[in-house]
Amino acid sequence: MTRPTRLSPGALSSALRGGTGTVAVLLTLIFLVIAVQNPSFFEGPPLMAFAKKAAPLVVLALGQYLVIVSGEFDLSVGSLVGAQVVIAARLIDGDEASTLPVIGLMLLFGLVVGLVNGLITTVLRVPSIITTLGTMLILFGAVRYWTGGAPTGALSEGFRVFGRHGLDGVPVIGQLPWALVIAAVLTVGAVLLMRSPYGRSLMATGDNDTAAAFSGVRVRRVRTLAFVGSSLAATVAAILIGGFAGVTAQVGQGLEFTAITAVVLGGVVLGGGRGSVIAAVLGALTVEALFTLFNQLYLPSTIQPAAQGLIIIAAVAYASRRGDRRPPRHARRRPVHPNDRPLDPSRR
Amino acid sequence: MTPSPSPLRDLLDRAGTTGAVYAALAGVLVIGSLFVAFQGSHLFTAANTVDLFTRGSLLGFLAIGQTLVILCRSLDLSVGYVAALSTMVSAIVMAGDPSRIVLGIGATLGLAALIGLVNGLVVTRLRVNPFITTLGTGLLIKGYLDTRFQGPAGSIPAEFQTFGLSRIGVLPVSTLVMLALAVLAILFLRRTRMGFHMYAVGGDSEVARLSGIRPEIPVITAHVLCSMTAGIAGLLLASRFGTGNTLVYNNGYELEAIAAVVLGGTYLLGGRGGVAGTMAGVFILATLDTVFNTLSVDPFVKDVLRGAIVIAAVAVYARGRHGRTSVRPRFTSGGAPPAPPPPPPPTATPSARGGDR
Repeated sequence: MTRPTRLSPGALSSALRGGTGTVAVLLTLIFLVIAVQNPSFFEGPPLMAFAKKAAPLVVLALGQYLVIVSGEFDLSVGSLVGAQVVIAARLIDGDEASTLPVIGLMLLFGLVVGLVNGLITTVLRVPSIITTLGTMLILFGAVRYWTGGAPTGALSEGFRVFGRHGLDGVPVIGQLPWALVIAAVLTVGAVLLMRSPYGRSLMATGDNDTAAAFSGVRVRRVRTLAFVGSSLAATVAAILIGGFAGVTAQVGQGLEFTAITAVVLGGVVLGGGRGSVIAAVLGALTVEALFTLFNQLYLPSTIQPAAQGLIIIAAVAYASRRGDRRPPRHARRRPVHPNDRPLDPSRR
Repeated sequence: MTPSPSPLRDLLDRAGTTGAVYAALAGVLVIGSLFVAFQGSHLFTAANTVDLFTRGSLLGFLAIGQTLVILCRSLDLSVGYVAALSTMVSAIVMAGDPSRIVLGIGATLGLAALIGLVNGLVVTRLRVNPFITTLGTGLLIKGYLDTRFQGPAGSIPAEFQTFGLSRIGVLPVSTLVMLALAVLAILFLRRTRMGFHMYAVGGDSEVARLSGIRPEIPVITAHVLCSMTAGIAGLLLASRFGTGNTLVYNNGYELEAIAAVVLGGTYLLGGRGGVAGTMAGVFILATLDTVFNTLSVDPFVKDVLRGAIVIAAVAVYARGRHGRTSVRPRFTSGGAPPAPPPPPPPTATPSARGGDR
């Protein structure tokens, strides 16, 4: 076991690049295999179809990234996506005119769910894994109770535009899906957000919330906003998924773990404080590319989880080997007390 | 299980932890029985009590193992899948033959221990986050089960089905086994060197390492024991069904076990808590389920209530604990000598403070 000799900002940034680099290499490899299997994959329309399918996961990963980087989890996003799709179907019920008001209502509902998650976690000090597990159960039960077990109603065509259609007549690629545009805009927005004072505060909070609080960060507000961001991202993902795939009772099931997998695959360390937006997006694309590859290889769909599990472990093990040499369970939430310093020589 | 009389100071020390959880359990029982009485029936009928204990036994096995893992600042999301795999292994190995019961139990627990060993080694040696590790092994097992088996397989001999189905009075045999295992786990955590090391590593693995503990060993041990208790839960499920069933993993046992552990006052970030609290957490959840069943609450409303109650309980509990810890730091660098340890009866609550040792 190698021990850290010292931890400089340089080492930290190289660890970051290591994580992003790993997932970029992995994504390239998977794309290469796909290209060998199916050379027409990169010919525009198939690639755009892939983008359309991957966009919701990218959006979810962006939201989950905000929460994970602040040192928390959001397990409620899968349930929230399911709940939002069912709510949309029930309230729109095929009526074009109510599309926009219902979308507004969904965003409001997402805002409230995120606020509840965030406030319970920060003000009541409930561990976020329990908070969001609770909201997951509550959303799951409440929506099914409301609709009597099975989703009712129908989505309008106007609602499905975002997930299903795009800007036609674009040269080379044919159709530019709105889903891709939305995901790209949100990605750029997230990158800019992380460079803003808020993003820096969020990163500092995730790395060490005590130190961040001493430096003047309003830790509770920053974390709560991260949860709100995640819930809003889940709402956008619900609009995309609802448009793309339609309404079923199973919509959103297990998406929280896929989103966390995507973010962690991108090298964003659980426990917070490290990782880039781009890495999270690459992680989401990698997971989706992997699913596409499995389909192309005609693997039985039942074997997908096994391969997914193996690849997650391998990728994270590889990333933590190259980059972060720190023991993972090191108490990251506790500030390093000045008295710890004399211990350093014994670590070498 | 009633807490034995102990010195007042000790009682106050623990008031924020395990005592509060048992008070909550008593509260849930009282409020639940009031609700049921309001509906004109009775909560503590023989059938309901058996139902309560039966629910408690399965969750209890899973939660005991999960407690050990969480104490070491790790997590195990694979227990539901390990339990599903264990039902298949035990049913197929036993194949309805009473003489193969021991072989079946051995094979099941051995395989479970092996999975735990893999989890532990990946977490400690490859330094993969436990969340990802156990999610990954869980998905691996799920993929194997779904590809290899299309439905129930194997068969459990009638002799072994007594483990899941028979009972003494209102106490199912499985609950007695589970409570015995809980007592063993409490003794393990309070009396053995490995138990102390688990608290130390969970509290701060770097400090534990500097004190001469190899931090990997307790974590690996906890993972092995956790998978083995999941294996026992699988044996119990198999003996109830009479056959192996892969769909067990759909029941969300891992999250329920974590909820029970956290409800029982074990700190999710490791180093504080214990199995006695977990038992109270398990029976709180079991009581809720039984009460909801007796009141014939809509299953979807049941989910809503369960989620709200878990959050509320942990919130109330977190308040009490936070007040205490802010007053008294865990690792004091000097000051008063540690209080003499109280005489711990086997069923007493474990003290979760590293500062005592």
